[in-house]
Amino acid sequence: MDVIQNLINGVQLGSIYVLIALGYTMVYGVLRLINFAHSDVFMVGAFVGYYTAVKLAAMGWLTKQTTLLGGILHLLPVMLVSMAVCVVLGLIIERLAYRPLRRAPRLTALITAIGVSLLLEGAAQLPFVFGVDPKFYPEILPSGPEATMHFHTFWGSELTVSKNALVIVFTAFLLMGILWFIVQKTKMGKAMRAVSHDFDAAGLMGINTDVVISFTFGLGAALAAAGGVLFGALTFKSILPLMGVQMGLKAFVAAVVGGIGSIPGAMLGGMLMGITESFVKGAPAIKIGSLTIDPSRWTDALAFIILIVVLLVRPAGILGKNTPEKV
Amino acid sequence: MNKNLLRLGVVLGALILLAVGSSVLPMVLPPIVFRVVMLCGIAIIMSVSLNIINGFTGQFSIGHAGFQAVGAYSAAALTVYGHDRLFPFLPKDGTFSSPMYSLTSGAPAMILALLLGGSLSALIGYIVGLPSLRLRGDYLAIVTLGFGEIIRVVVENTDAVGGPRGFSGVSGGAQVPALTNFFWVYGVALLAIVVARNLRFSVLGLSFLSVREDEIAAQAMGINTTRVKVRGFVLGAFFAGMAGVLFAHLERTVLISSFNFDKSFGFVTMVVLGGLGSVTGSVLAAIVLTTLPEVLRAWGADQYRLVIYALLLVLMMLLRPQGIFGRGELSLGKLFGWGKDKKN
Repeated sequence: MDVIQNLINGVQLGSIYVLIALGYTMVYGVLRLINFAHSDVFMVGAFVGYYTAVKLAAMGWLTKQTTLLGGILHLLPVMLVSMAVCVVLGLIIERLAYRPLRRAPRLTALITAIGVSLLLEGAAQLPFVFGVDPKFYPEILPSGPEATMHFHTFWGSELTVSKNALVIVFTAFLLMGILWFIVQKTKMGKAMRAVSHDFDAAGLMGINTDVVISFTFGLGAALAAAGGVLFGALTFKSILPLMGVQMGLKAFVAAVVGGIGSIPGAMLGGMLMGITESFVKGAPAIKIGSLTIDPSRWTDALAFIILIVVLLVRPAGILGKNTPEKV
Repeated sequence: MNKNLLRLGVVLGALILLAVGSSVLPMVLPPIVFRVVMLCGIAIIMSVSLNIINGFTGQFSIGHAGFQAVGAYSAAALTVYGHDRLFPFLPKDGTFSSPMYSLTSGAPAMILALLLGGSLSALIGYIVGLPSLRLRGDYLAIVTLGFGEIIRVVVENTDAVGGPRGFSGVSGGAQVPALTNFFWVYGVALLAIVVARNLRFSVLGLSFLSVREDEIAAQAMGINTTRVKVRGFVLGAFFAGMAGVLFAHLERTVLISSFNFDKSFGFVTMVVLGGLGSVTGSVLAAIVLTTLPEVLRAWGADQYRLVIYALLLVLMMLLRPQGIFGRGELSLGKLFGWGKDKKN
């Protein structure tokens, strides 16, 4: 009974990890760069969504919904605005900070990425930008009993699924489907795969690598923004300028666990991360003698313990290919 | 023989200077300025030791404050819980009547605390470093970032060191003693500088540099790159742990928020701005970047600190990626044209 409930919660959380992890893995695929600023694009996405939602609510276009379809329809404009703004942000970051360093040592690019991330966090905390106080999304789909569905499993226990969890999972899977289509079926997707396979050879074959890289950054930023809105509007309801740090780290770990550079790997890793976390959160306290260990207090450390274990056992990740470095 | 005598003289002179500074400076300087001087010393230890990891071996650790936390908490636990059995001669409330008194009577406790904090931190550095340093690339960055997070969760769940409330001692019992003074801070800082500088010109240090320059070529020359990287990492963690010990006994209330990612990032900024691989650069950057927030605070511009640091870092990477000093060093010899110039 609890197993299925934890599984459902895990998939809900995992969906958001997947949306963020995809951005990390795609950028790593084409540039071999850990885009630390990605987690802050996620944060900016949540904030842009918040301001859009507040505006729409003030205009009377956004009201509390209790049906699944109503929830999705009312969330859609918020999400689209936020995705559009974040695509622009992603492109600006790539153009100003990363493109001048295309041929620089990787360490230089990595330090720049961290610098950009900190810059976004610092700027977001300034009082005239977002400020340090938490912001609360207007309610789109309440998480209370009015928008909860009850199921009876066939062995008689009751299962509650809130509608906003369904909206999150549905939206996330829809976006993953669109991404799969872009990467596998369009010309730009083919170019992305080519660049990620061999950067220099792709350039020699007439692919404009700069355009492909910009496109990849935009795509990743759009997914992160969608994740930010889903997280802010439906999961947590309150957002902070530093919310990206935790989520981004865990999503990155998810991408590494799945195999960095691999898109299916990011999906698998994100889901695994969400499900494990939800099981650990739901686990009962363990008593050893007089010592009580409450696993739910250790969830934040969990991701990194998983990471260290994966690095020891299978450094390339679950779906990653182990490529030896050649001279 | 003569050279050894000279060295002994230099060491003795440095010790005397440190001891004199230790007793004179707190009386001469206003308390706020003295505090900044001490924090500068601790920052120097942190940035020089991080430079061994990031600058010499070319790895990228961004969780250096985590090792500082290990040193701080383990040493504070030692001096508080070991008070009755090991150091009954220290005052129970941990306050000394004069800095000279804390230096003389506190020395055994401080030495033991420094050794414990440093070695525990080095041990944990070994455990964390071994799996991630076997791999090439950016994994160390993520693992060290995560390591800071693990330390936070562990500390917050350990009631013996105060959990999220911070640790200042046992209520009604021993408190964290004020053992840190100018002598220890700058003594350890000098030690770190000398070790880093000598390392650079030693055979071991050359193998560090070769790993930074080209890992594959280094491997082909018969260098065990993993072992070299782990050695650098453990050495850096050892000094970071000692810096943590000094910090804990300076502040006397150990808060886990003093070792968060912001702090780690500050040390990375120091090393990068000063120049990856330049000891002089990291020392100067440590002093500037420790004093800068205090100045900003005095101007009421504290909220811009993070933005300024981040902007400095990004601009530095775009305009002068090798840092202010590059890999060069500033030495008295070079400055005054003494003796033969040592080229790196």
